[in-house]
Amino acid sequence: MNRLSLKNLATRNETLVAVVIVAFCLLATFSDPLFLSVTTLTDLMRASVVIGILAVAAMMVLISGGIDVSFTAIAVFAMYSTTVLTLAVMPDMPWYFIFAISIGIGACLGAINGFFVVICRLPTLIVTLGTLSVFRGFLLTFIGSQRISALPPEMRGFSRMMIARGTTEAGSFYAIPWAVAALAIVVLLTLFILHKTMLGRSIFAIGGSLESARRIGINVRGAQFFVYCYVGALAGLAGIIHGAMGRMADPFSLVGLELSVIAAVVLGGARLIGGYGTLTGTLLGVSLIVLVENSLIVVGIPSTWQFVTIGLLILLGTGLPAWQAKRAAAKSA
Amino acid sequence: MKLWGRQALAAAPDFVFLGKCTMSKDDDDTFIELKGIVKQYGGVTALDGVDFRVKTGKAICLAGENGSGKSTLIKILVGVEQPTSGQIFVDGKPYSHVNPRQAAASGISVIFQDFSLFSNLTVAENIAFATQLSGKKRLFDRGATRRIAQEALDRIGVDIDLDARVETIPVAHKQLVAICRGLASNARLIIMDEPTTALTGREVQALLGIIRKLKDSGIAVVFVSHKLAEVLEVCEEVFALRNGRNVAEGPARDFNAASLTRHMTGRDVPEAKPPLNIDQAETLLVVNQLGKEGAFEDINFELKAGEVLGISGVLGSGRTSLAKALFGLVAPSKGSITLSGKNIPLGNPIAATQAGIGYVPEDRLTEGLFLTQSIIRNVAVGRFDHHRSGGFLNLTSLVDEARGWIERLRIKAPDYDAEVKSLSGGNQQRVALARWLSQTPRVLVLNGPSVGVDVGSKADIHAIIRELADSGIGIVVISDDLPELLTTCGRILMMKDGRIDSIVMAGEMDEIELAAKLAS
Repeated sequence: MNRLSLKNLATRNETLVAVVIVAFCLLATFSDPLFLSVTTLTDLMRASVVIGILAVAAMMVLISGGIDVSFTAIAVFAMYSTTVLTLAVMPDMPWYFIFAISIGIGACLGAINGFFVVICRLPTLIVTLGTLSVFRGFLLTFIGSQRISALPPEMRGFSRMMIARGTTEAGSFYAIPWAVAALAIVVLLTLFILHKTMLGRSIFAIGGSLESARRIGINVRGAQFFVYCYVGALAGLAGIIHGAMGRMADPFSLVGLELSVIAAVVLGGARLIGGYGTLTGTLLGVSLIVLVENSLIVVGIPSTWQFVTIGLLILLGTGLPAWQAKRAAAKSA
Repeated sequence: MKLWGRQALAAAPDFVFLGKCTMSKDDDDTFIELKGIVKQYGGVTALDGVDFRVKTGKAICLAGENGSGKSTLIKILVGVEQPTSGQIFVDGKPYSHVNPRQAAASGISVIFQDFSLFSNLTVAENIAFATQLSGKKRLFDRGATRRIAQEALDRIGVDIDLDARVETIPVAHKQLVAICRGLASNARLIIMDEPTTALTGREVQALLGIIRKLKDSGIAVVFVSHKLAEVLEVCEEVFALRNGRNVAEGPARDFNAASLTRHMTGRDVPEAKPPLNIDQAETLLVVNQLGKEGAFEDINFELKAGEVLGISGVLGSGRTSLAKALFGLVAPSKGSITLSGKNIPLGNPIAATQAGIGYVPEDRLTEGLFLTQSIIRNVAVGRFDHHRSGGFLNLTSLVDEARGWIERLRIKAPDYDAEVKSLSGGNQQRVALARWLSQTPRVLVLNGPSVGVDVGSKADIHAIIRELADSGIGIVVISDDLPELLTTCGRILMMKDGRIDSIVMAGEMDEIELAAKLAS
């Protein structure tokens, strides 16, 4: 691990993103004192769950040296087909079964990506660009293109399950849904896999150097296959939570979000070349993206500017450390 | 500095720790033996009945040129490739082939030229990763990782920060980390591919010290190196391969650099050359008062047609900057360069090219060649207008030209559309040369012309340099390879602290005197 020297800290993406988040919050509080409240915080937490789970998934692929853009299609496919299946077979199915089905479908779709990447050895971007379209097209053609708002009762039930709820002294209502716990579980599980198992260390090693990993006898194919299945499973989870929280199974939702998710991960310090990425960074990146998408209006910037802002943040957030590294390299040479 | 040519030298003894240490016969300390190994790729026979033996406690040098089959032999040894036929004995037990895990489990460890490390992981993890894997552990144990790494570092007596990321440590340390990785997985045989190429002289001495320590503790070391003298110094036995066959083996004391070269190439590589008579020749290049702050200053010299001029000096003496300045890659702040009386704008490679100066860089991989592109494209790049025919590219003329160069420079390649990265170092260098020669330059600046090429190719390249000079091109060779300079150059400019310290004429000094001068 990196030692936390001051200089090191200053050049890390995490620090930069954290500083921007704090600055944004200060600015927002300055223009609207109500911004800094439990209500805003819980709202942002709700908004972070789906993108957060997807970002953790995307980060794992980036660490392994690949890239996945199909996870949003997997998420919406898993969510919608699970809903259709549940309504057709057993509408009263408990929510955890529904979740398990969605996660299972996601994992299977991830395995398809894994098949192309690991067995056919195709470039990951090409494969997932292809499956992004195929999964989505298959969903809309064969499973359905109607929005379903009459969800299975247990799904609606899940969205009403709260860890805590209440009213602030100022009189505004707040609630922390159990979905937030799902994100927490995903983060802890991923943290465990990446840092406490040989599989996780192998994923880092593969991202660092595929050839070296093969040479020292790492099961490269197994690890890569796991990564794509894991990403699929997480996408399935994120999809079903998205459906439940939004109280509607919309086959047109989620797709299009993938670049924002990858942006969040890259902002958090993961490198597209593979081998680098931290959960702290990824979560900070997600927070910043969610903050910008939801609260830009508070600081008086029109919401249509959010794309520009996100773009500038990416350029700044990834460009600055890269530029610093280049300058340091030039100095030492 | 990076190298691409791969060479084989192997040495090998090992550990006596498996209980079978009763040394009744000499053969009992044989760790690994390969018998009658044949390896065919498609229709090509890479190895044709090769025998190889690694003994406990001894060092062996496996010598061979590019294409001799030594890389294939090593790949079979470590299980990356499977032999077509033949037998492998590990501790006397016969195998028809081994896989990488078996090889690792029986204590065979390879240190590749690029070290094969994970730059994003820590020193400790890099050292202990393979060990942890072979322990079939599912969970990652940070404490054990650090302990294993520390033990390995202690065994060779070096101190490297365990928590530093490998991307942040110097090259020499990376190599030590790679050695420690082998030690950590109980290596009984460490194979080192080109171990000395990226190291400075002092680092090489430190490495040789560590190799001796390894041998003392019963570990075999197989060297693969271009620098034959260094190899012989630490090796006890020599195996030489040529064209996939054994051509020589015996105690290292029976070999010297010249005999080793003869075995590897199958011919005597001539080292002397007739001096060229260039007194009457036209003066091509005149460098006048050239200077650049912090790099070099007060540089004056002339280059005649047909002359080969050497420029040498230790690292940091300004020789590389000067070489680049001649071609405009570095902009000098004062002085002038003229070619046949015509002034060449400084710091402008395009103007230099147009004036007739060619430059073959030292680092072919990053500066000189498009590795994933074909020979034909590499030769033709930059001068497609020469092959223009009515607004279109004339493919026939492109092909003819590439074929011509392949023949003239004796480039060993399947065809003109072979990817350059599939060629050996010596052949890559020839492609880089062909690119410039096809522009019919008047002055050619060669920076490290034989860095990373094998002995046979080196002699060929020197012969090519001589032919080119005879054809009237003025050639500047920048090199720290003293035998190379003495073989090719009529005059050698010795640089020191950015200035020309002295000029050595051909035949005036031998290698030892020159080395002393360089070091002074």
